[in-house]
Amino acid sequence: MTTLDHVVGEVATPEFEHANEQLKRRRGFLMALPAYAYLVVFFALPLVFVVIYSFATRNRFGGTDLAGWNLDSYQRLFTDDLVGTILARSLWLALLTTVICLVIAYPFAYYMSTRPESVRNLMLVFVMIPFWTNFLVRNYAWRVILGTDGPLSQTTEFLGLGPQKYLFTSTAIVLGMVYGFLPFMVLPLYAAIERIDHGLLEAARDLYGTGVQSFRHVLLPLSMPGVIAGSILVFVPSLGAYVTPEILGGAKTKLLGSHIVTQFLEARNWPFGAALSFVLMAVMLATTIIYFRKGGRTL
Amino acid sequence: MSGTVAEPKGATKRTLQGLSGLVYFFFYAPIILLVIFSFSDNRNVGVWGGFTLDWYREFGESSGTQDALWNSVQIGLVSTAVSVVLGTLAALALERFTFRGKQVFDALLYLPIIIPDVTMAVMLLLFFAQIAEWFGITKGFATITLSHIAFSISFVSIVVRARLAGMDDKLEEAAMDLYATRWMAFRHVTLPLIMPGILGGALLAMTLSLDDVVITQFVTGPGWNTLPVFVFGLIRRGVTPLINAVSVVMLVASMGLVALSLITDRARSSDSAT
Repeated sequence: MTTLDHVVGEVATPEFEHANEQLKRRRGFLMALPAYAYLVVFFALPLVFVVIYSFATRNRFGGTDLAGWNLDSYQRLFTDDLVGTILARSLWLALLTTVICLVIAYPFAYYMSTRPESVRNLMLVFVMIPFWTNFLVRNYAWRVILGTDGPLSQTTEFLGLGPQKYLFTSTAIVLGMVYGFLPFMVLPLYAAIERIDHGLLEAARDLYGTGVQSFRHVLLPLSMPGVIAGSILVFVPSLGAYVTPEILGGAKTKLLGSHIVTQFLEARNWPFGAALSFVLMAVMLATTIIYFRKGGRTL
Repeated sequence: MSGTVAEPKGATKRTLQGLSGLVYFFFYAPIILLVIFSFSDNRNVGVWGGFTLDWYREFGESSGTQDALWNSVQIGLVSTAVSVVLGTLAALALERFTFRGKQVFDALLYLPIIIPDVTMAVMLLLFFAQIAEWFGITKGFATITLSHIAFSISFVSIVVRARLAGMDDKLEEAAMDLYATRWMAFRHVTLPLIMPGILGGALLAMTLSLDDVVITQFVTGPGWNTLPVFVFGLIRRGVTPLINAVSVVMLVASMGLVALSLITDRARSSDSAT
């Protein structure tokens, strides 16, 4: 193989060029093959299983009859009131989480970008640490803080606000998700804002623009790719969240992720669970594709 | 680009400063409190009752946590090793070669990152429910490791690709002009250059494997646990100080991995500076 490359290097006739091109193609394919095959077997094929199961029927014993395809599970998505409530709640809490993350992260990311480089890098490292820290543990920490007689209720009691119930509420879930996903918002926002020529902001001020005006007409439009990337990175895992609502939420604050898991581990209605997870996945893919189509590429 | 910085002044600056302080407080206060309470001699997990190491002792003596920890480490190491090899090869193929089906492969490689955990868990549950029956695989170590590899390959390949993209492929060509074989050129030129990327990818894969709850919970067999799944089960049954201690052990493990990744990251940036 190598000898051929050297010949090509010396006399690049069209035939040799063609042969070399073919050789490179084959080599590339062979290198990609192990991962390619692996993902086809352990990812694409399982995906097909979900689609097949979503059209199947649950039998009386909690098993699944694959014969006799039907749309019952998808129909139930629109007729089941509980599903409607859970879907609406999941969408609302995911949206709320995304907006809160954006509001917290934007000024923070902006401030970070105005610092000298050494300070900036250090600030970045301290955002990365929670990002890498075990997600389950980070959620559990809030369980300890928000719990009965925990630090937070002790503080409020000390301040004379009386005992409050924090755990097992939607507020606790949103708090946990904001805590868990905030780095996903900070990092792309920072990447986008840092890239902006800050001279443009000065120019806006020189031309008698107010702070608000230069934010609205200069900073915000230029940082839009970061805003969109961060929002998707927070919204997507929030919508499918399972661990956070299980640890911090209660029976009355069930979310889509937990509802899907219930279908498999407790209710044993696999077809319905498959349909639900297929819908969840479709929403995610649509969101991501819209983002890429809109031309944003800085993920 | 970063030469001219519009420095916020006065009240704006103080507000931003205060806000950033609050963000860091928000990030770190819960973690620090958790560490403190893991040494607290009180049955209530959120109440201070004097210093004790009892919960760590209980962790050391509980065979359930020990088994789960050992399982996690084994699965983490095996899945990292495999996904690093497959992910690096994929990254090289995508960055350096054109081949038939490249675009499909590229898209397929992104999907495990975009797809929600729960959906991937469902996919693999249904898949292994069938496959385990056909091929006689016992659910547990094998199914969990295979699943972790399935989502780690993508993350490794992204990190390695980022490294490759910033690299001049003329270096490898130069080596071959000097009569190095293709393998020698790879071994002595390309591989050392992308090593920080590979290490970064490996640490990410390890972290993801040690973090995963949802997928593992779905593909595991009866009586087979990893540490996060074990802890998650404990939390659902009710919090105990033992969980505080186990959580801190997991916290220290993640911090260790962060420290390692920062070191390799530093090596990476000092490399590119020269």
